[in-house]
Amino acid sequence: MHSYSWVQSALATAAANRLATVSLLAAFWLLLAAAGMMRPHNIRYVARILFPLGALGALAMFCAAGSFLLSGSAPETMTLAVGLPDLPFHLRLDALSAFFLLVLGMAGAGISTFAAGYFRSGEGTAPGLLGLHYHVFLASMAVVMLADDAYLFMVAWEAMALSSYFLVTSQHRIAEIRQAGFLYLLMAHMGAVCILLSFGIMQGGGWEFTFAAMRGAALTPLRATMAFALALAGFGAKAGVVPAHVWLPEAHPAAPSPVSAMMSGLMLKTAIYGLLRVTFDLLHVRFWQWGLAALALGLFSGLFGAIFATVQTDMKRLLAYSSIENIGLILTAVGLAVLFAASHLPLFAALALAAALIHVLNHSLFKSILFLTTGSVLHATRQRSLGKLGGLIRYMPWVALFALVGTLAIAGLPPLNGFVSEWLLLQAFLFTPQLPHTFVNMLVPLGAAVLALTVALAAYVMVKFYGIVFLGRPREASLDQAHHSNWLERAGLAWLAAGCIAIGVQPQLALRAAGAVTGMLVGQTVAGSPSVWRIAPIAPEQASYSGWIFLSMILCVVAITFLAVRLLVHGRVRRAPPWDCGYRWQDARMQDTAEGFGQPIRLLFGAFFWMQVHLPSPADEQPRYRVHIEDRIRRALYRPVSAMVQRAADAVSFLQSGRLALYLLFSFLTLLVLLVFAL
Amino acid sequence: MKGIAFVWQLVEVALAIALAPLLTGWIAQCRSWLQNRSAPPLTQPYRMLRKLFHKEAVVADHASPLFRAAPYVLFGAMVLAAAIVPTIVTDLPFARAADAIALIGLFATARVCQALAAMDIGTAFGSMGARREMMIGFLAEPAILMVFFNAFLLFGTTALPGVVDHYASHPSVIDPSVIFAAIGFVMVLLAENARIPIDNPATHLELTMIHEAMVLEYSGRHLALIEWASSLKLFNYTCIGIALFLPWGIAIHGTSFGYVLFALAALIAKLAVCGAALALIESLSAKLRLFRAPEFLALAFLFAVLGLLVHLLMGANTSA
Amino acid sequence: MLKSHFVIELLKLLAAGMLLISFAMLSTRRIQRLITLYMWQGAILFLSTALVAYDAGLTELYFSAALTLLLKVIALPFILNWLVRRLGAQRENERLAHIPATMLAGLLLVILAFGLAQPISVLAATIMRHTIGIALAVILLSFLTMIMRRKAIAQVIGFLAMENGLFFAAASATYGMPMVIELGIALDLLVAVFILGIFFFQIREQFDSLDLHHLESLKEE
Repeated sequence: MHSYSWVQSALATAAANRLATVSLLAAFWLLLAAAGMMRPHNIRYVARILFPLGALGALAMFCAAGSFLLSGSAPETMTLAVGLPDLPFHLRLDALSAFFLLVLGMAGAGISTFAAGYFRSGEGTAPGLLGLHYHVFLASMAVVMLADDAYLFMVAWEAMALSSYFLVTSQHRIAEIRQAGFLYLLMAHMGAVCILLSFGIMQGGGWEFTFAAMRGAALTPLRATMAFALALAGFGAKAGVVPAHVWLPEAHPAAPSPVSAMMSGLMLKTAIYGLLRVTFDLLHVRFWQWGLAALALGLFSGLFGAIFATVQTDMKRLLAYSSIENIGLILTAVGLAVLFAASHLPLFAALALAAALIHVLNHSLFKSILFLTTGSVLHATRQRSLGKLGGLIRYMPWVALFALVGTLAIAGLPPLNGFVSEWLLLQAFLFTPQLPHTFVNMLVPLGAAVLALTVALAAYVMVKFYGIVFLGRPREASLDQAHHSNWLERAGLAWLAAGCIAIGVQPQLALRAAGAVTGMLVGQTVAGSPSVWRIAPIAPEQASYSGWIFLSMILCVVAITFLAVRLLVHGRVRRAPPWDCGYRWQDARMQDTAEGFGQPIRLLFGAFFWMQVHLPSPADEQPRYRVHIEDRIRRALYRPVSAMVQRAADAVSFLQSGRLALYLLFSFLTLLVLLVFAL
Repeated sequence: MKGIAFVWQLVEVALAIALAPLLTGWIAQCRSWLQNRSAPPLTQPYRMLRKLFHKEAVVADHASPLFRAAPYVLFGAMVLAAAIVPTIVTDLPFARAADAIALIGLFATARVCQALAAMDIGTAFGSMGARREMMIGFLAEPAILMVFFNAFLLFGTTALPGVVDHYASHPSVIDPSVIFAAIGFVMVLLAENARIPIDNPATHLELTMIHEAMVLEYSGRHLALIEWASSLKLFNYTCIGIALFLPWGIAIHGTSFGYVLFALAALIAKLAVCGAALALIESLSAKLRLFRAPEFLALAFLFAVLGLLVHLLMGANTSA
Repeated sequence: MLKSHFVIELLKLLAAGMLLISFAMLSTRRIQRLITLYMWQGAILFLSTALVAYDAGLTELYFSAALTLLLKVIALPFILNWLVRRLGAQRENERLAHIPATMLAGLLLVILAFGLAQPISVLAATIMRHTIGIALAVILLSFLTMIMRRKAIAQVIGFLAMENGLFFAAASATYGMPMVIELGIALDLLVAVFILGIFFFQIREQFDSLDLHHLESLKEE
């Protein structure tokens, strides 16, 4: 009885002071990180104790952030004693950061649970070290969202980049992985520089780097635009917006699957958080041209990601391109929100913003499911190439079931969650003809068509992914050795899949949580639900959607039909070999391959690709058909730069003679020059 | 009053389920007439369904549960769509579950389920059909979305009952954008329902088939459900078209028996006309090569967007 | 008033048809269908001019409608058809590059035209002011048709369609051009078609084909 009241009072304290709770949870993750180093080579200790504890922390984070959002509390702030002498660390918990912490907690809980079952010893870095990076990564993401001054923000941002870099390169003995890690780190730092410059402009001459000071700074339109452009570039590089997307398809496949899930599901979202924070909170003016720029970038990224995902043959690369696509969708929604907000249509801005936020949440769930299932598949089969998988639904039914939920959700199909955010976004697009600018009001509605194309292409990609990995017949004989995933992995997947279904059928909660954010950022909240069964963002007679009716009606009809067929007719089934138009000589190799799925897209959207097709001649002894596909943007934008850097480096390489005396001379000369100029 | 709405809802769904094969049969009959063949009886689809239901279902050895569940899900999705589209009354409780855009999502769900089921057996034709079906799907979606965008601009709502109500309260005008949208919609309808310029529902010619390639491995009751669901899909699409472009006669608020009888008669007349028109279009056109399909659907998209633009340019005084 | 309202609706429909035909011209592969489309465009032009004449009670416009009928619906298509037959070019279909992309480009042109026309149509006071954007779009689309073609006849038809667009714009904005100018243009068109017809024969004599990319070889090295 006594202990019960103690728990109660602790909970009450936590509820009253959520910022402290959330910060303590971040500190708890740091503690777990340190604890991993005590016995770094003991896999049972790290995997069975630390990771589940981390998952519990994430769950607590989810609860704390969720209760903050739903109670609609005022922002809480806190100043820490540590930091620079005249700039202590500032923390702040408001609706925006709470929403992203909710995402972090929700997806993080599932991923950590899965990771507890996933990591094996003998795979690259020692488990304790992995645990250290992993939990630092989690904690730094939480701090990014809590930071209330540019200094702490950048410290956490860099910690996030570094810890994820180490996670990506956990199998650092493979040269490609080291290269992928380097590319990632490079892009992350270019982005960080842009963000830093953006903060530099936003402080507005007062040299105060707290966010509170930035909110009050008066910027000229030009400076504000520069700040926005730099923020878009910096956060865009982190989020993988085209043309800064090149690191994503390299880094995601290189990392272990839970880390890919974490990076794709959560880290990319920190960039969206930063963009929203800068655009809607720190800057006090917005121009519709910004929205148009973000919208165009987002639509292009979305289409680009979807098109490239269709031609991939490696399952993790495919998912990485799909992440580019989803980030594109989110950026589209953000751009639309800016466009509406700057045109003084706050209600529609709130609608678009809600779509963006809910898609952030959704993507963190279903993309995590998919990346985690690739992890299970990888462990079970040792295969990553789509050309060598197939038929796994018969060997790994649970994983296949969860992957099916993730697949249908990411394809944007009702009654799952992916559909909700895409529907909201399309609803927002319906109002674009009301924009008060000629041309814009005609061009932007076409964006809805691009969006629809992107979403439908995503469905194509996902049919390809699921169909080739889990359905059909195994393309390699060794696949019947595929084994089950363990219970921790399944528990993590089940949590995420349950989230997908819950948001899909009951989007009201997500909409309410997003409503708290839109209320804070654009001063408007989309209309509440007309009943508990359905949502109607603008007006019930204009458009409404009910996941409940969808799910229950389909299930009812399925059940009734099933029973009716059984009762009225019969339920006999005969098993036989597949028919396939009576063609006798068929084997598993005749199924459509990943390349086959990409072929129509290569034909239709040839302009996007740089292709080299090698056709065998009729006289070839061993005919081989080869297609080499590259990214045009990467070739055109990055190759020249890297070649230039290489040339510059070659030009100064004579400095590197290897003689110690020469190096000392350089230092000496530098010292002299400094002395001369300083004195 | 609430109870009666549910009754009408049930009546409407039952009607759709019952009438859908009839529409398919009617189109087949019209096509035969137009092509100087002796026509199959109007009830042919029902006989077909009856035969299939009573046959034994043969399932491939290694088929997964997904393969056997897909026909039921497909049928369920189409019945749900039938509950949402207003055919004889607009006061439908379930119609609030989805506006036209959510309906696109529902059809996409059905399409993805079918494509996945087609890939489950792992035959060459199955996966080819799945790939092609998904391709037609992603080409058609922008076009159909733009059609609904037009509807939203014209009627201020994307909920289908709302569209029908709008027609009732505003005297109709011949608006070019309505005509553009209607042409675009018909083109999408043909593509989505595996009709002639894109796919031939009557062929099993191996290399040109799309829809048929996906259902090759099905037999018995599973095939019956899929065929029924396809009929329902065509019926639903036709009814969406009717609700958007020819809604006259649908009972608005008066759920009195006489009104509904009149609405039913109007519906059957309209379906007969639309079915005949579809048969005519199909008979007049040739099946396109698969890679001409993007052109066809790009044209549909173009129509829908032109409708939108023309409305934005000259729509200022349409309702005046 | 009622009469006028109905006329406006009808004119809008005709204008939309005009736009549609321009897109059809942009995407068709066959020469003869191109000529038929041109004829239909002329017919729509005739109908809409006659309608405006009827609504505004302008006798002048009746004349110009009649001229349109004679020249653009009857004479020019006949001459073009005759030319195609004489040249044996019925089967010379175009190989168009990526029709969906061309159509998208066309759509963007339409948006541009509509956007540009919005301020003009506010100023114009005629009943056809809403169709100025469409007329502009028809001009741009015809221009695009000319750019996308390589066969000489198709280019000429594109040119003629562009003139249709101009005529439509004039009718929309100012109830048509003065009679003298209209007659002059009509004569110009006839002469242009004759001269171009002679050119066609010459080109074919020279290169054995009407494909204009052969002309590229005429530049100085």
